[in-house]
Order: sequence, then structure tokens, then C-alpha cells
Amino acid sequence: MNKIALIILMLWIFLVIARFIFNWDANEMVFDEILSSPNKHAWLGRDDYGRSILTRLVDGLLNSLGIVLIATFLSSFFGIMIGIVAGYFGGRVDQFIFYFINLFMSFPGILLAIAFAAMLSPGKLNLIMALFIGGWVAYARLARSQTLICKNNDYVKASRSMGGSDIWILKKHILPSLQTPLLVEGTYSVAGLIIAEASLSFLGLGIQAPEASWGAMMRDSVRFLLVSPHYAIFVGISIMSLVYCINAIGDFLHKYWDIQLNHDKR
Amino acid sequence: MKNKFVIDFIYLIFQILGIFVISFILLHLVPGDPVLVMLGESSSVADRVALKQLLGLDQPLYTQLLQSLFGIFQGNFGTSIFNQQPVKVLIQEAIKNTYILAISSLLITLSVGLTAGFMAAKYQGKWLDKTITNLSLLFISIPHFFLGPLLILLFSIFLGWLPISGMQGIYSIILPALTLALGLLAVTIKMTRNCMVELMNSDVVRTARAKGLSEWKVLIHHVFRLVLIPIITLLGMQFGSLLSGAVITETIFSWNGIGKLLVESIQTRDYPVTQSCILLIATSYVCINFFTELLYQWVDPRVRLNK
Repeated sequence: MNKIALIILMLWIFLVIARFIFNWDANEMVFDEILSSPNKHAWLGRDDYGRSILTRLVDGLLNSLGIVLIATFLSSFFGIMIGIVAGYFGGRVDQFIFYFINLFMSFPGILLAIAFAAMLSPGKLNLIMALFIGGWVAYARLARSQTLICKNNDYVKASRSMGGSDIWILKKHILPSLQTPLLVEGTYSVAGLIIAEASLSFLGLGIQAPEASWGAMMRDSVRFLLVSPHYAIFVGISIMSLVYCINAIGDFLHKYWDIQLNHDKR
Repeated sequence: MKNKFVIDFIYLIFQILGIFVISFILLHLVPGDPVLVMLGESSSVADRVALKQLLGLDQPLYTQLLQSLFGIFQGNFGTSIFNQQPVKVLIQEAIKNTYILAISSLLITLSVGLTAGFMAAKYQGKWLDKTITNLSLLFISIPHFFLGPLLILLFSIFLGWLPISGMQGIYSIILPALTLALGLLAVTIKMTRNCMVELMNSDVVRTARAKGLSEWKVLIHHVFRLVLIPIITLLGMQFGSLLSGAVITETIFSWNGIGKLLVESIQTRDYPVTQSCILLIATSYVCINFFTELLYQWVDPRVRLNK
């Protein structure tokens, strides 16, 4: 795996461990040091409430990753189910589901998530729902196309000729064959979702104060760009480093299994 | 060919209808009472009922849906709850600004991206190629909401060349357009370079070289024209990401476009405006995809003739 990504990843893991060992408090305020530059008490300086930026970054990482992982799990679960059903049964069912997949694809980027988050009161659960609404389609599409390829294989036909039921074939043949491409796609989509989550929080639709989140920190830091530019830069670099790491993991998995994914990034 | 066009067009109309229904249902079926959110917890019951009637929210869902649909056919997008203006007026102004922004960044992407990709492919493996490739890798991984502040820091605060935000004068478009463009630019550079490198080893180029054309003529006449085909598709597909990226970029730079209008309407709980903005962005997206497909068929005879 990419060495730089590995080092960044170790650093984040180290920081998270340190946070739990020393029990850092992300809401501890020091009013004498509002918007201070990096110093020996707060390694990355303090924000507009005098809270340590480093501590809040680590807490923001945990919040963001938690939400993104749950959203990924939900959207992959439902997306794969829907995709497999469409691809396997074909015909009318497929046409119907494919129309829906296309419909959801016709909302660009995170627009659907923004729309959904806007109408729900902001909060963690609703944020997960919003990410899920925008996220399941990619999985459904991939699962559908992979199932279409897989179901014409000879071993599937053989299994059916020996009396294998639909459920049996789906469980024993189709699902295992989907594992690798979906895992790679899933890793990349986690990176996308982290940016999406940060974007929603940036717009004020995600995690609410006082809980730490990278998007909200970015929004706050932009207000103090003139006074303390380091705030915005640290938050931005954190997001980029994490996204970079996850993409590197995706690349690694991709190379490891050496598969040709026909995923086109939108 | 004509047949396929008609089918595609009918499908497009169905897609837009579907977008309308989905955005309508999403916004109306979510739990929670919008009237309560708009007026606040302490509002009186009479006020709530009055507002509900005013918005037509007391009627069954399908009636609301049909009314809203017929309204749109007549060019009536409803009235903004927040400042009582017709939504149509608000949106017309905003969409104009957004398109100015989007087209400027598309122009930046096309001009810079094609040139950089071209140079990278021409000097393949040299330092210029490596610099361009690495820079575009860096740009692709910066999210809009970080790139915007970064550019403001560099060009407005440290160098003082450009205005921080707002819409005064022609120079204020540069930073938002650049923010919006850089991600797309990186993809364009990468794709131009890879396509050209691939084409330079193809039969077309070998023949052209063999008949004695100069290196530049080969590149411009044969390679570059073929590269344009995938680039058009890419840009058409990516226009949607430009539109959704505009939401963040416009918020950062206070650019009075559809994205900023959307975010503001969300903050003020201005239902009709939110719905119209979402409908408009998604509709533009599918329409642009449709026209990209047409353009693609027009540019690439192979697609036209095979069908």
C-alpha cells in the first residue's frame, strides 16, 4: 500500500487512541486563548470558543466516520438487495427497478441528500438517512450489472438444472461473486460520503453544535479566515488526508484483487 | 436514428416527471409538520391552520401534487413564503447567475484542461508531464469547501488581487469559477493525457507520420480531434457535479445563484423555493445529459452509423 497513506492512517489511529487514553475533552474552553495559534497546550491552536482544534478534529473524525460507515452499511445492504433482484429476475421487475435507479441517478451529486436533510430536522439519524437516500443507487446499479453478467455463467445454469431454487442460487453463487467489486466500490464510496457528510455539515444541515464535525468546523473557520487562517487550513488538510487514505485503501484493494470495475464516477 | 431520438426524448420527459414526483414526495412525506417548523413551537393553532390553508397543505397529497404540476405547466412556481415574491422571479435571476458561473468554469476547464493534457502527452515522461499529472492529482482530492477558502486566502488576503466574495465587477467571478473548475479540470487533464498517449501509438498516427506529416500536424489534425470525443462526453456527464458543486461554491463566495438560493430557502424553511430549486437543478442536469448524447452522436459518426 501507498506509504504516505499508511503513515497518515497510523497518525490518525494514534491520535484516536491518544484521545481515549488521555480522555481529551472536545468541549473544554479556554477563554484566554480564543483563536490562538498552535502552542504547546493546543498543538493546532484553538477555535473561536477557545476549544482545542486538534481535539475537535479527532472527535469530528469519530463522528464523521461513524455516520458514514452506518450510511454505507445501510445503502450497500439495500442497494445490493434491490440490484440483485433486478438483475436476477429481469423482465418487468428489472425495467421497473432500472427506471427507479435512473431516476435517482438523475439528481446530481449530493443534491438529493441536501434536499432530504433540508426537510428533516438536523441530527445524526436524519443525516444518515439523507446519505442513504443518495447512496443506495450506486450499489444497486453495480449489483444489477454484476448479477446480469454472473447469472449467465455455466455454473449457475448447472446449479439450476440440478434443481437449485432461486434463493439457493442467489445465496451460493450470485452473492459471493459480487463480493469483490462491491467491496472496492464501497471503499471508494466511503471517501465520497465523507466529503458529502462534511458538505452537509458545512451547509448547516448535518451534525449540530456543540458536537464536533469537520464540515461545521470548516464553516466556522471560514468566518475567521482573516484572523486565524491556520484553523481553515488544518481542517481542510484533515479532510483531504482522510479522503486520500481511503482512496489509497480502495486502490490497494482494487490492485489486490486485480479486477476491472466498470464504475464510472459521476 | 430518428426513431431512437424520439424514444430518448419520450424517456427524457418521463424522467423529468419522475424527478418532479420524487422531489415532491420526498419533501412532503418526511415526518414533521412544516408549518410548525416555519411558525415555531409557540405559534397559535389558528395561525397554523391559516398558513396550512394558504399553502394548500390541508388537501390530500395527490391533489397538491397535481395542482403543483399544473401550476408549473402554466409557468407558476408558487409564491415564496419568506418574502412573498413569485418563485419564478427569484429563480430566473438565480439561474442566470449560476449558468454564468458554470459556463465560465467550463470554459476554464476546456481551455486549461485541454492545453495541459496536450502538453503532458506531448512531453510524456518528462518533468512537465510529471508536474501536470501530480498537480491534477492534488486538485482532484480538494473538496470545494476547502478549495474556496484556500483560494480566498491566497488571492484575496495575501496577494490582494481579487475580491473576497460578492458579485461586484467582472473580477469577482474568477475565484468561484476557479473553485468550481479545478476538480473537473483535473479529470479533464487526466483523460486528455491518457487518450492522447493511447492514440499516439495507434495506427492512425503511424499512418499520418508515415506519409510525412509534421509532428504538430499529426497531433492537431489527427490526435486532438479524436480526443475531443471522450472529452465532450466527460464534460456533459460532469456538468451535474458542477451544478451540485455550485451549491457549496456559491455559499462560500456569496454568489447569488441557484445554489445559494437553495441553501437560503432551506434555512428560512421556504418550501416552494426549495422545491423549485431542486427541480430546476435536476432537470437541467438530465437535459444536459440528453443534449450531450445528441452531440456525441453528431461528433462521432461511429455511434450514429452503428445504430
